[in-house]
Formats: sequence, structure tokens, C-alpha cells
Amino acid sequence: MSRIAQRFADLSAAGRKALITYVVAGDPTPGLTVPLLHALVDAGADVIEVGVPFSDPMSEGPVIQRGHERALKNRVRLRDVLSMVSEFREKDPDTPLLLMGYANPVEHMGYPAFADAAVKAGVDGLLTVDVPPEEVERVNRELKRVGMDNIFLIAPTTPEARLHLITDQASGFIYYVSLKGVTGAGNLDIDDVSDHVSRIRLCTELPVCVGFGIKDAASAAAVARVADGVVVGSALVSLVADVIAGGGEPAEAMAAAASLLGEIRSGIDARSVTDAL
Amino acid sequence: MTSKLDSRLIASMPDAQGRFGDYGGKFVSETLMHALAELDDVYRMLSKDPDFQREFDHDLAHYVGRPSPLYEARRWSDMIGGARIYLKREDLNHTGAHKINNTVGQALLAKHMGKPRVIAETGAGQHGVATATIAARLGLECHVFMGAEDVQRQSLNVYRMKLLGATVVPVTSGSSTLKDAMNEAMRDWVTNVDNTFYIIGSVAGPHPYPMIVRDFQCVMGREARAQSLAQTGRLPDALVACVGGGSNAIGLFHPFLQDDAVEIYGVEAGGHGIGTGRHAAPLSAGSPGVLHGNRTYLMQDEDGQITETHSVSAGLDYPGVGPEHSWLKDTGRVTYVSADDTEALAAFHRVTRTEGIMPALETAHALAYAEKLAASMTPEQTIVVNLSGRGDKDILTVAKIDGIEL
Repeated sequence: MSRIAQRFADLSAAGRKALITYVVAGDPTPGLTVPLLHALVDAGADVIEVGVPFSDPMSEGPVIQRGHERALKNRVRLRDVLSMVSEFREKDPDTPLLLMGYANPVEHMGYPAFADAAVKAGVDGLLTVDVPPEEVERVNRELKRVGMDNIFLIAPTTPEARLHLITDQASGFIYYVSLKGVTGAGNLDIDDVSDHVSRIRLCTELPVCVGFGIKDAASAAAVARVADGVVVGSALVSLVADVIAGGGEPAEAMAAAASLLGEIRSGIDARSVTDAL
Repeated sequence: MTSKLDSRLIASMPDAQGRFGDYGGKFVSETLMHALAELDDVYRMLSKDPDFQREFDHDLAHYVGRPSPLYEARRWSDMIGGARIYLKREDLNHTGAHKINNTVGQALLAKHMGKPRVIAETGAGQHGVATATIAARLGLECHVFMGAEDVQRQSLNVYRMKLLGATVVPVTSGSSTLKDAMNEAMRDWVTNVDNTFYIIGSVAGPHPYPMIVRDFQCVMGREARAQSLAQTGRLPDALVACVGGGSNAIGLFHPFLQDDAVEIYGVEAGGHGIGTGRHAAPLSAGSPGVLHGNRTYLMQDEDGQITETHSVSAGLDYPGVGPEHSWLKDTGRVTYVSADDTEALAAFHRVTRTEGIMPALETAHALAYAEKLAASMTPEQTIVVNLSGRGDKDILTVAKIDGIEL
């Protein structure tokens, strides 16, 4: 069983929902990334998503775009990201970690070389935003060879007929994009999210997690009521960047991130308790 | 010598997945996959519908002003002293460039799909102007995304778009040029996909765009082929067009691909020179990768990051190229070459002074290569160059380079 599958199985057995955090590797400084990942795990993150910087992050809102730009300015490349994962794994052999990014850096490294290097570094899964199931054959062949999960997005615009096309290729979990738009946008319509998650559950046994637009404990708790996990990205990225840009020390940035995550964790867990009663 | 392509193979591209051999495809976020499938379905239906074709042809004739002339550039050809050069006069179209052929077609698709809002990306501003123009005519809301740097260097076209009622959105992310404008247009589309039609201006982007834009632009090549036969009694010996995304090139080339005797040349922007690395010539000096929804030749570094491009012409300042060009390069049917900034400017001045035709700086790259090519050929031979746009928009740029304050 993959680390991702194991983690969801454990959470399910404990009646808990997953908290998934996203940060861009190398943002706002390369030295902060690994300590920040550990701080996030300490504050309650169950699954870590690491953004691979790309020059043209087409699906990101302004907050995460800036994160990619800062990381590239710091010259953080895919190989550096893999080194960071190796370093993270030295102290944390258990927390599942996936890379999220765009096709070109991975394609340029070569899918077989990427798969070997990523699994060696301790990466458990890959989410490539611009690789839908129609284009996934080359990458999935390599991910399967090394036993890495491939996480797919499902959107509010995904028609019934496409759901199986996606769930047949997916492993680890399903990432449901809660709104039409880019990361960090808009407000959630929980009823709408609930409908879509139910629809996805008819097609797959995989856990369904929800991301895009989750900013605080309240929105996280609401989503946790209907999904198996919540993804927090832009809120963390902007918080950390703001502290550092304001002249704050790395320790302050990590403390601020841990504090936000702690609130979100409590929101999610309070939900679990309420539902159990 | 170029290689031959089987006509059935040419006609079969792209396949059902939108691939031209190894290139093309649909590399986009899941949110857009349904919209692309819907567009593909609607287009495949309408492209076989005689009423739609009639409507399109009617607009091309009465709104765009087609057919555009095929003009023999006598003084310029005499000056070079080689092959006779004919110019396909797309600069005479309404709005002054070939871009309008495609926007008229896509706007008809938007109308048939009931979308009240259109968006576009633009580099030099020609596609933005063409989109704003057709949006004004059809009463559609129009937002044009343009890199902040291009907003500066193409201020005339920015004002033209505003006069036409469009909202011009300056894009400051990344390198603030055409590629970033396209990123931002994609982000807008993903957010407003229900009511918005994205009018892509080149044969780039995810399937079905490279196919749709090509089909709408092929009117140029079909006309040029018939005009050559009527005016010279035979097909031209060579075709030349500039290649940024590559829509004016594919539109001229495609109807000639199965004419094996016709040599075809696509001219990329050599910028400061291919050897300097500061250019916009992915087919000449790039490698395959994935950007903006398709697999194609790209300007990228050793980590697969897209690199900044350099060209005197904003319209060619793009790190990718339409996927069909990548396929045509690999098959050897089309030869891709480059002309640098200096060569393009020299050709701009020569054609302006010998023919009284002021070309766009994009077009000037094709003219620069045509001069070299013509000089190596005989006066019995002919070349057709796509004069893809007029140069009024570039007057300030040219004056600045020549050190003249207006």
C-alpha cells in the first residue's frame, strides 16, 4: 500500500479527515522550504503537496503565481525540489508527499528519469495540472513502474461521461477543484461541492479531497463535512510570503503558518466530533 | 530539397486527439476539457454546414474585403535581380492584417454557441484589434489581454482597441509579453468558461484551436494558389511567410503542402542573432516541450522553464509555435529559417521605398528571407510571400530605432 493510501486508510479508521497543505518549493526562500514542511506536519498536516516552480503557471491565481516567480528567482528547479524532498524524508519517513506542477519541467527531465529520481527522493505522487487523462499515458506508465500515485483533478465542469475516464487512471486520491477559476479565487458553494463529491463517489472508492478557495477554519470545516480531505494552498503561501516580505524572520513565518494551520485543523476536527455525536 | 508528403496524411492531421504526429494535443486543466470538447463538436458540425460556410464567406467578402490581391512587386524584384516576387496582400484586409480572417470565423462560432463575451490575447495588438473589431460588430463584450511591455510599445493599437469598445488588460506577470498574455487569457477563460468564448489568435493553444485557426486562415493559400495559376499560368516555385505562432504561415502553406514542386519556407524571428540566444526562433534553435495546451517546439532552458524571447516585432515575440509547424519541420516538408532584427528592418525600408508598401515588422522577417532566396533563383521563377500585415502600427518603433524623435 502506498504511503498516500496508508494515510487515508488510517484517517478513515480514526474517523478523521485529511488536511493537505500546499507550498511552492523555494518560496519565499529555498532555505525555508524543508523547515516549513516539518512545521506544517507538526501543526497537523496529513499530506504534503509541494509545488514545482514553473515559468508559466497557467492555472494559478496571483498569490501562487508570485510564489512560482519568487522560487524561480531563487533558481529553484525540479532537481532542487527533489533534493528538498530527500532532505525532508531524513526526518519524516511517514508523511505522504506529492509534487504538484506543470508538464514541461517533468517532460524535459524525461518521464523515466523523473520517476526514478522522484521515488528515490521519497515522493509518493504526482499531480500535473495540465495533463488530463487524454495525455497521461507516457507519464502514467513510468509512475506505475515505480509505484507512485497519479492524482487527477476533477472540476465542476467535468461532465458525467468523463468521470470514469479520470477515475480509471487515478490513484492515491481525487482532487476536486471546488470552483471554476484559478487557485485562491472566489467563495465556496458548499451545496454545490457536496453534489459533485457525491457524484464522484459513485465512480470511485478513492478518497475525494477538495481544494481551491479554502482559506480558514470555517471554510475548511464546511468542506470536511462533505469530503475526505481539504487542501489549503494560497492562504498559506500568502501568509508566509507576507511575513518574510515584511522583514519577519523565518521562525515567525513558520509560526504564523503553524498557527493558521492549527486553526484549520481544529475546525476540521471539531466537525468530526460534531458529526460523531 | 524538401521531402514529399502524402495528401491523405496531410488531410488526416490533426487526429481525433488533436495531434499532428507527436505534437499538439490538449494539455490543459480539467476545468477547460469540457469547453474544448464542446468547441470541437460545434466546429466539426458547423464546418460541414453549407449555411455556416456561406455566412463566413459572405463576411470575408463584404466585411474583410476578400479576396486580397496577389501583387507582383516589380521594382523590388528588379532590384534583387533574381526570382519574381509576388506579395499576398493581407495588409489590405479590414484592420490591416491577416488576423481578421480568423476572428471573423471564431466570432461566428461564438455567436452560434450563444456566448455573449469574447476574450483574446495579443502581442503586436493586431489580433486584439481584429477581435475588438468583430466584437463591436456583433455586440459582444470584449476583453483583450496584453503584456504590459507590449502595451507600451504598441500604444496605437491599444488605443484602437479602446475606441472599439474593448477593455485592454495589461499583464504584468512573468515577462509581461505575449506568452504571459496567453496565460492570463487562459485564467480568465477557466473562471468565466460558461459565458465566454476564447478567440485564440494563432495556430497555437490546445486542440481544436490549431485546427480551427488553420482552417479559417487557409483562405489565403487557396486564393494565392488560384491567383498564381491565373496570373502566371503555374504554381509558384517557393512560398515564404513569417512564423511567430504561425497562423499567416500555415494559412498560406497548407493548400500547397501536396504540391511537391513548391518549396516552402517559414521565417522565425532571429532577434539579436540565433548565436546570441536572444531570439524567438523555437523551430530553429529550440526543443519539443509542453506549453499553452500543446506539445511543440519551445524556447526553454535545461530545466524545462520557458525562456524569455527577443524580437523587434511584438507579434513574433513568442517562445512556442503552432504544433503543425513542429510536425512539418520534422517531416522536412517545410524549411524553417530565421531573419534577425537588423535584416528585418533593412527589408522593411527596402520594400517601403521600392514598392510604396509599408509592411509590418513581423512581415519584414519574411521579406528579408525572400530577398536572399530570390537572389539565388532565376527571373523565370516566382516566389509568393505572405504580406501578412501593414506597418503603420510599427512606425514609432522604427523611428525610435532610427534615432528619430516624432
